[in-house]
Amino acid sequence: MKIAPPDFDRMFGALADSTRRDIVRRAIDAREGVAELASHYPMSFSAVQKHIAILERAGLVTKRRIGRRKVVRANVEVLRAARRLLDRYEELWRARIDRMTAIVAEDP
Amino acid sequence: MTVVAVGKDARSRTMTLEAEFDAAPERVWQLWADPRQLERWWGPPTYPATVDAHDLRPGGRVEYHMRGPEGDLHRGFWEVDEVRPPHRLVFRDGFANEDGTPNGELPMTTLRVTIEEIGGGKTRMSIVSEFPTVEAMEQLAAMGMWGLPQTVGQIDAILAEDPPEAGGGGR
Repeated sequence: MKIAPPDFDRMFGALADSTRRDIVRRAIDAREGVAELASHYPMSFSAVQKHIAILERAGLVTKRRIGRRKVVRANVEVLRAARRLLDRYEELWRARIDRMTAIVAEDP
Repeated sequence: MTVVAVGKDARSRTMTLEAEFDAAPERVWQLWADPRQLERWWGPPTYPATVDAHDLRPGGRVEYHMRGPEGDLHRGFWEVDEVRPPHRLVFRDGFANEDGTPNGELPMTTLRVTIEEIGGGKTRMSIVSEFPTVEAMEQLAAMGMWGLPQTVGQIDAILAEDPPEAGGGGR
């Protein structure tokens, strides 16, 4: 049963990594660029760049120019949309149980 | 809401759901044992299920397909391991290719269903879903399956947590 549209598949894949989740958290206040973000992690600049690129492709962060700087900003609306969508998925089995209950009630 | 409990254990890669019904165990068993009833609840309304084969015996096979809103076809099957009407059903749920052959690239989920009378004309059903590996859970999560609530939790945590201090201090 494949329900998730491709963009959400990509988003879940992007969020499956703890460094990338941390980058998204830091990007919510949109004050750091790639170099500043990279300084938080014990890995190379290019490794962090790759993580950010994956998040960008998933639509979770965007790079935005503020004055002379380029900051990484989390797309909070996308996160909220994902959560709303995922809340429905969480209901999948609950909905199955509800349908079971209705069937039993209809035909005891 | 008849769901009375939902529990997840990451270490054993299981999810347990318990539900209660105002009916006898035999009636609840029919939801699984009667293919016409099974297809009324297995697929979400947007992905109605049709049961194509239903051999509910140890070693038997249940085959189904679901039609999505775009006319997309999704085939799945159960490999039945244990059948003890009306109390116990154990099967592995897998994905199939369009021609019905098992899709070996996608993980199978083991489901253990227990149906017990709890008095007062009520029956409790518990469904334990077990995933073979953490990777399988992640794979299913990415497809919109059982692992998703875990991702919901991750996104909730991201949104709930205060933004970290700017300027490189970090936490």
